[in-house]
Amino acid sequence: MDFSRDYFEVFGLLPVFGIDAETLNQRYRDLQAEGHPDRYAHADAAEQRRALQWSTRVNEAYQTLKSPFERARYLLERQGINALDPNNTRMPMDFLMRQMAWRESLAEAVAAGDIAALARLEAMTRAEADKAIQGLGELLDVRPDYPAAAEALRQYRFLEKFLVDIDNAYSEIE
Amino acid sequence: MALLQISEPGLSTAPHEHRLAVGIDLGTTNSLVATVRNGLSVVLNDEHGRPLLPSVVRYFKDGSVVVGCDALAKLGDDPHNTIVSAKRFMGRGLKDLPDLATLPYHFVDAPGMVQLKTIAGVKSPVEVSADILAVLKQRAVQSLGGELTGAVITVPAYFDDAQRQATKDAAKLAGLHILRLLNEPTAAAIAYGLDNAAEGIYAVYDLGGGTFDISILKLTQGVFEVLATNGDSALGGDDFDRRIFCWLLEQAGLSVLDDHDKALLLTKAKEAKEMLTEHPEVRLTAVLSTGEFIDMTLSEAKFNEMTASLVNKTLVPTRKALRDAGLQASDVKGVVMVGGSTRMPRIQAAVGEYFGQTPLTNLDPDKVVALGAAMQANVLAGNKGGDEWLLLDVVPLSLGLETMGGLVEKVIPRNSTLPLARAQEFTTYKDGQTAMSIHVLQGERELVSDCRSLGRFELRGIPPMVAGAARIRVVFQVDADGLLSVSAREQSSGVEAHIAVKPSYGLSDDEIGRMLKESYEHAQQDVQARQLAELKVDAERLLDATRTALEENGSELLDAAERAAIDGLMASLATALGGLDARAIKRATEALNQGTTEFAGRRMDLSVKRALTGHKLEDIGV
Repeated sequence: MDFSRDYFEVFGLLPVFGIDAETLNQRYRDLQAEGHPDRYAHADAAEQRRALQWSTRVNEAYQTLKSPFERARYLLERQGINALDPNNTRMPMDFLMRQMAWRESLAEAVAAGDIAALARLEAMTRAEADKAIQGLGELLDVRPDYPAAAEALRQYRFLEKFLVDIDNAYSEIE
Repeated sequence: MALLQISEPGLSTAPHEHRLAVGIDLGTTNSLVATVRNGLSVVLNDEHGRPLLPSVVRYFKDGSVVVGCDALAKLGDDPHNTIVSAKRFMGRGLKDLPDLATLPYHFVDAPGMVQLKTIAGVKSPVEVSADILAVLKQRAVQSLGGELTGAVITVPAYFDDAQRQATKDAAKLAGLHILRLLNEPTAAAIAYGLDNAAEGIYAVYDLGGGTFDISILKLTQGVFEVLATNGDSALGGDDFDRRIFCWLLEQAGLSVLDDHDKALLLTKAKEAKEMLTEHPEVRLTAVLSTGEFIDMTLSEAKFNEMTASLVNKTLVPTRKALRDAGLQASDVKGVVMVGGSTRMPRIQAAVGEYFGQTPLTNLDPDKVVALGAAMQANVLAGNKGGDEWLLLDVVPLSLGLETMGGLVEKVIPRNSTLPLARAQEFTTYKDGQTAMSIHVLQGERELVSDCRSLGRFELRGIPPMVAGAARIRVVFQVDADGLLSVSAREQSSGVEAHIAVKPSYGLSDDEIGRMLKESYEHAQQDVQARQLAELKVDAERLLDATRTALEENGSELLDAAERAAIDGLMASLATALGGLDARAIKRATEALNQGTTEFAGRRMDLSVKRALTGHKLEDIGV
């Protein structure tokens, strides 16, 4: 495998945000079916090493392309933009205010051990995240406006982190 | 021009011969070996027709070892030297064992893993497991009539790196060539999935003697993709026995027992648990060494009451696994029950209730793991086309590094698909710092003290720079067995300090060498003859693989000179194989390995192209 090829090329896809999930999954299975270390378990050491590297690379590419967050970040990186540059933390005020309100609701739900409230919060966050993904598609594929996409991605990251925190809150309550 | 190859008498070199491969379920309570015979996966019985080998090993003063039913039958006679459930101690330190009080062994705390003092000397749990594996290997060799190409050995999905490494070491010690470590629930899913031609989401609930696993899998067109796994590597049927044992002590007003009586009552407790699967109540009787007579009746209702918390303890990981997979209980199309402990009616009821469906029990829960492992071994050994199914498994627990303040920085999140690699960059904290300590951990908690320490290593020789200028890149690689290797490299200065670690809990190659030597001495085997035999098997395997590769792609990928070079190396190896010089065989094997590296690379490239054939670079826009 040519390790200089980018993740989209590995999967034979055009470098756009709006990829078809089913095509991605199907090609992932095809690629692994061909080069997974299990296919080389009876081969010699050199081939086994190759298979390990190849399969690792395919997994890495798949994980990046599968996640909307990682995919957007990767697309921006290809444009020379580090969306998560720690020096750039600009965030609209109203977005930050909303975040704080949500975090308070989360803390209250945990304190009260209220699973139903947690589920409501989760549903709302997911809806918000879906909207953000649509927005990213618009900014990356249609317009395209990369600096705006980078800001949208930073906001989306908050939503993903919040979903992880909700997840942990479930474990805490149980 | 290649020399004519003449095989040694008795050793066939036919490229498509059926390779003997087995699947081994190395269980806490029982172990099994299975193989695929005439396309059918079957468990191999012992000479008395028994499929299960109790995972019990008894050591004698003269160094001899008895494994299985005979050791189990005499358990009460010699509890200190008869080791049961050694799997619970694999890769575990003394502080990891919560139930020391009920165990009759003399533990020795050793770095990384406990050891057991027996009449035959101090034994590592790895050696005990190797003794079990050796018996299964012997059974397979006798039953199949030839040396084994390799084995797939199953481990609980929730086993951490230390426990996996210990299992692999045990196999090495038993002289088995490991094709793959396979997660038990995944093995069960193969046995079920292929039998039932299933598609969709499946849950595998695996409660064994000492471990609990839950795996959520997606089956699509022959691909078994593990979405999430969770569990408890210290929860199993043994815990149910101990609840009965403690109840017995309480009811009979007993406090201090000698080890003989402990073993006796634990055995009685286990029998009672098994009886309760079929009967509403069971009578327990025993005569203690003090002459005291115990006679009690245990009802199913009472048993369910005293073990309710254990049943609930399995549902917590089940919920977590579903959540990690992003699924609800109602998304699950079928629930596969694995492990002897799932015979308990209360377990089946609880699982059925949680998933809202009757669990699948049509395959023997004791055998299903070994049967699946044998099917995978058959494929890995190269006996089938190999494209019939594929397993994509995950790492069960997050991997990370210690950072400032005793916190863990996660590098690889749990449930990442194997194999995988992840790099993380670190920098120096002080001006002129030339060394850095790297501490590798596994677990979900934030504090170092709450995670399992897998190993520490030091990176030295960093060129002195101002704080923050050095760039240390640490790479975690987890292979298809779920085993981790870590390497680190300082890269800003061009000076490379590179180190690969073998985690500290594992046995060093020296230790394995020593144990191997000891076991040879006990068996009075000729070490050299054994080594020679092993080298020959390796060489045969390589020749076989190369021959197959050449047949497939030799003409399209190699020019005449390259082909001649490989043919020459093969001929040299074949010649060396005809002799008895172990070093010559080793040298020729290595030479052929080296000589085919480039060819292997080209074959891999071709595979990539083939995998994408028919897929044009097309626009799949929104």
